Amino acid sequence: MSAVAIISIFTLAVFVGFEVVSKVSSTLHTPLMSGANAIHGVILVGAIIVADHSSTNLELGLAVAAIVLATINMVGGFVVTDRMLEMFKGKK
Amino acid sequence: MSRTLYDLIGLFAGVCFILALKGLSHPKTARRGNKIGAVGATIATLVVFFYANEGSSLPLNNLGWILGAVAVGALIGVPAARKVQMTQMPQLVALFNGVGGGAAALVAIVEYLHLGNTATTAEVIFTVFTVIVGCVSFSGSIITFLKLQELMTTRPVVFPGGRFVIAGTLVAVLGVAVWVVSALGTTPLLVLAALSLLFGVLFVLPVGGADVPIVISLLNAFTGLTVAASGYVLNSVLLIIAGTLVGASGTILTRLMAEAMGRSLFGTLFGAFTAKPQDTSGVAEERPVRSGSPDDVAILLNYARRVVIVPGFGLAVAQAQHTVRELADLMIAKGIDVAYGIHPVAGRMPGHMNVLLAEANVPYDQLLEMDEVNPTFGQTDVAIVIGANDVVNPAAQNSPGCPIYGMPILEVSNAANVVFLKRSMRPGFAGIENELLYDPKTMLLFGDAKASLTKVVSALKAL
Repeated sequence: MSAVAIISIFTLAVFVGFEVVSKVSSTLHTPLMSGANAIHGVILVGAIIVADHSSTNLELGLAVAAIVLATINMVGGFVVTDRMLEMFKGKK
Repeated sequence: MSRTLYDLIGLFAGVCFILALKGLSHPKTARRGNKIGAVGATIATLVVFFYANEGSSLPLNNLGWILGAVAVGALIGVPAARKVQMTQMPQLVALFNGVGGGAAALVAIVEYLHLGNTATTAEVIFTVFTVIVGCVSFSGSIITFLKLQELMTTRPVVFPGGRFVIAGTLVAVLGVAVWVVSALGTTPLLVLAALSLLFGVLFVLPVGGADVPIVISLLNAFTGLTVAASGYVLNSVLLIIAGTLVGASGTILTRLMAEAMGRSLFGTLFGAFTAKPQDTSGVAEERPVRSGSPDDVAILLNYARRVVIVPGFGLAVAQAQHTVRELADLMIAKGIDVAYGIHPVAGRMPGHMNVLLAEANVPYDQLLEMDEVNPTFGQTDVAIVIGANDVVNPAAQNSPGCPIYGMPILEVSNAANVVFLKRSMRPGFAGIENELLYDPKTMLLFGDAKASLTKVVSALKAL
């Protein structure tokens, strides 16, 4: 991928990220942080890619550890956010 | 699967993440937003198993290891998230963020080992960035976890010359980073990781009390950026989009949280460089306080026209949300005007109290935010402070130099009477003495919040 394409994607994503959360009540700060936290758990994808092309035991061991940690981050993150938001149901 | 299809599905997952963050910004759509995010993440993960990177073929190498590791992670993460108590959610989020940062750092290290001398300078720079920030996020989050779990002191840890140690570590980190980029080698990279872990610890230690959630949010944004950098090295559009989104929205969220607490973001982050060791050795003087019985409190409430309940972390610890609602319902039945005064950072995290009281089905219209409730304390007969301290401490308004100075507070001291339900005279999370406790119009009811409230409820019923 060309450097310009990457910089474009990065820049646009920065603005989208700023824009989507610019108006949020303090009530939702914690769930929003938790949800964003779960989203960066997609590093799991990266962990799986490096596990796939690991060529030594050291690389594979580190990659497997990364997969475990990333899965905890992603799966646990979405579940805990859902539990927080469960409390908001039926609220106007 | 073709590269084009793989990238398009990645883009779809990226859109899911945008919709997730958008949804999470509004109470009505928050839960759906989170689910959309989970769907996006699931799709993104599944699709990796069906795309062979160049020089690789399907099924993925080490597939057994990969699936086993995912299963182990899920078996740890899901029960932890399911079983955690409401009071401990903040530290769990901190921990999840930390392991995410650790994962990003590990991915970068593996990719570095793998690429060896074939790595381009740009790839090495991004790898170095990921290792530094990922390690800082990991060790920093662990420290915030220990602080919130009260496994270590919640006060700022400042030692003489601390700022020079921190600055020195930062310089060393940057120096080694240059070494890694110029000399390429495993040893420099491991030194870099170790120094970055140390810096993360030193960076978070001086942060105390109420500022901890802000730091968690910042570290969350950091982890996002490491994911974006990994995306560059691994040539994954999805990781770049997802990581950047979290990095950007996390930065804004950190600023919003700091504003809600009346803290300067700069002061929070660089407190380490300006903070002076605090004299905490002085023995707290014994001063008279007025403590009352549950009956005294019940009588006070019975003849009140307006009562404001101010919940804090103690309410969450005692799991007293249902009992407090019982008390409120009883008072309403007696014709007393009841409202809850919610400080944005009461508890350990912004919104903690709203979540807790919503669990007890407290009607939303009884929950008043700080700006709404503060002007009404003048017409309030009794303010009941349940397990809160720092958020009602007048020191935040009239004692420049104290760690929470400048934080907006609930002005309960304007009410005709103040009742504190406390476990002990111990100061709040920020570790600051509260003058209001010694005020003649303040009555203290010592004990576990739930036990105390239950006694007040039965005393009030008997009247």
